[in-house]
Amino acid sequence: MRRFLQRHVSQVALSPSLALIAIFLYGFIAYTAAVSTTNSKAFPRFDSFVGLEQYWRLFHTPRWHVAFTNMFLFGGLFLLVTISLGLLIAILIDQRIRAESFFRSIVMYPMAMSFVVTGIIWQWLLNPTLGIEVMVHQLGFTSFRLDWLTNPDTVIWALVVAAFWQGCGLVMALFLAGLRGIDEDIWKAAAVDGIPAWRVYVYIVIPMLAPVFLTVVVLLSLSIVRAFDLVVALTNGGPGVSSDLPSVFMFDMAFRRTNLGLSAASAVVMLGTVLAILIPYLYVETRERA
Amino acid sequence: MSAPIDAISRPARSGWLTPRRRKAILARGVLYLLLAIVAIFFAGPLYILLSTSFKTMPEIQSGGLMTLPHEPTVQPWITAWGEACIGITCGGLKGYFGNSMVMTIPAVLISVMIGAINGYALAKWPFPGARFVFAALVAGNFVPFQVVLAPVAVTLRTLGLFGSVEGLILIHVIYGIPITTMLFRNFFLSVPNDLIKAARIDGAGFFWIFFRIVLPLSPSVIVVALILQFTGIWNDFLFAVSFSNPSSAPMTVALNNLVNSNFGVKEYNVHMAATVIAAAPTLILYILLGRYFLRGMTAGAVKG
Repeated sequence: MRRFLQRHVSQVALSPSLALIAIFLYGFIAYTAAVSTTNSKAFPRFDSFVGLEQYWRLFHTPRWHVAFTNMFLFGGLFLLVTISLGLLIAILIDQRIRAESFFRSIVMYPMAMSFVVTGIIWQWLLNPTLGIEVMVHQLGFTSFRLDWLTNPDTVIWALVVAAFWQGCGLVMALFLAGLRGIDEDIWKAAAVDGIPAWRVYVYIVIPMLAPVFLTVVVLLSLSIVRAFDLVVALTNGGPGVSSDLPSVFMFDMAFRRTNLGLSAASAVVMLGTVLAILIPYLYVETRERA
Repeated sequence: MSAPIDAISRPARSGWLTPRRRKAILARGVLYLLLAIVAIFFAGPLYILLSTSFKTMPEIQSGGLMTLPHEPTVQPWITAWGEACIGITCGGLKGYFGNSMVMTIPAVLISVMIGAINGYALAKWPFPGARFVFAALVAGNFVPFQVVLAPVAVTLRTLGLFGSVEGLILIHVIYGIPITTMLFRNFFLSVPNDLIKAARIDGAGFFWIFFRIVLPLSPSVIVVALILQFTGIWNDFLFAVSFSNPSSAPMTVALNNLVNSNFGVKEYNVHMAATVIAAAPTLILYILLGRYFLRGMTAGAVKG
C-alpha cells in the first residue's frame, strides 16, 4: 500500500479534484441534460420523460426568442465596439505618450469592479432624471435625450456601454501587448519609404495582430454567453423583457417560475453555444501548433 | 504621426515651424485630446460615484452630476454601513461585508492550495494520461455555470448546506479547481526539471519537493492566483444569488437588493456609498498589485 502510494503519488494527489470535477461538472452537465428531457417543474423528476419537447417548447417561447436574439445583438454590438475602440485606445497609448501608466491604469481599473457594481453605476449615469441627460441639459442642450434604459428599442445599448466600460481594459491590454511585440524594424522601414503611419497600421500592423483578434473574440464571446449579473443589476431584463438574456431566462425558469425542464433545456442551449464558439477555435489553435 | 517615426525623422532644416513640424505638433494635440476623452469616460463614473456618496439628497436632486459636494457629509456612508434596509432587516451592509469576507478568504486559500498541488502534480510528476486529466480539468473553465446550477442546488440541499456560507465556500472551491490548476500547471512547466530530479535522487518526496523547492520559486504565480480567485469570488453574483439566503448573502447580492428594491425612497447617496464599499476590496487589490492583477485577469478571462 505504502509503495503504491509512493509510486502513484501524483495520481493520488490529483484524484480528489478529478472526482469532484467528474461529479460536479461532467456529472451535473449530464444531470441537467437529462432533466431537459423531462417535464420537471419545481423538482427534478425523471419519471416524466418527454424527449426533446422542452427544446421545441423553448424555441416557441416568445421570451426565449427575445433573450436568444438579444444575445447575438448585444454580443455583436459589444464585440464591434469593444474590439474597435479597445484597439484604437491601445494604439493611442502606444504612441510613446507621457504618463502612459496613468492612462493604462484608468482604462483598466474597471476590470476590478464586479458586474453588479458596473450595472449599478451605469443605471445611475443613464437615469434620465439624474444622470448624464440632466448634466447635458444643464450645459444648455435641452433637447438631448438619453433614454436607453426606458426605451425597449435601445436598451441593448445600455448593456453595451456598461459592458464596454468594464471589459475594455482587458482588450486594450491584450492589443497593447500585441503592438509591443511587433518588430520595430517594420516602423523604420515604413518611415524610410515615407508611408504614413495610418497606412502602416491598416495594411501591416493590424493584420499582424490576427492571433490577438482571435483570442479577444473568443474571450469576449464566452463572456457574452454567460452575461448575467450585468443585466440583473442594470436593467433586470427590462423594460418588460426587452433586455433579457438566456442566462436571465434560465435563472428565472429554474428559481422563480419553477419550470426546471424548460430551464435545463435553455442551459443546455447555452452550453451548446459555448461549444460552437470553442470547438472551431481549438481546432484552429491545435492545427497551428501542429 | 506616430512616435516611432518621430524618433528617426530628420531634424527640421529651416526654422522650427516647418509645415512638417507643425503637422506633428497638431497630431500630438489631437492625440492628447483623444486620450483625455478616454480618461474622462473611464474615470468619470468613479469620480461621480465618490462625489455623490458625500452629497446630501437635496443637493443630488438639484442636479450637478460632476460637481464636488457643497456640504460634504459622511452620513450616507454611516447609513450604508450600519443602518440601510436590505430586504426586511435594517442593519446596513456590515453583516454582508462580513459574509463576503468569511466566504471569500477560506475559498480563495483552499482553491489556490488545491490548484497549486494539481498544477505541480501535472507539470512535474507526469504519468500516462496526465494530458487527458489536464484537459478534463481545464475544460471546466469554459462551461457556463448555468448548466450546473440546478443540480448544485439539489446537492447543497441534500448536504444541508443550502443557504449557508459553508455551502458557498464548497462551491467556489470546486469550481475554482479548473482555473487555478491551469494557472499553476502552466507556470510550473517553466520550473527546471533538473531541480526536481536532483531532489528525487536525494530521496526527497512529492510534498517535500513541493513545499521546499517548487513553492519558494513561485511567489509571483501565487500572488496572481490569489488575486484572481479573490476578485472572482468576491465579485461573484450567480452562485451567491442562487445558493444564499438573506442571512448568508454576500455583498454583491446585498448591494443589488439595496439598490434595486422597489420599496421606499431611493437614497442615491447611500446607494453610491454602498457601491464603493462593495467595490473597495478588489479595487484596492488592483491599486496595490496592478501588474499581477492584469496577469490574473488575462489568465482568468476564460473562466465563468
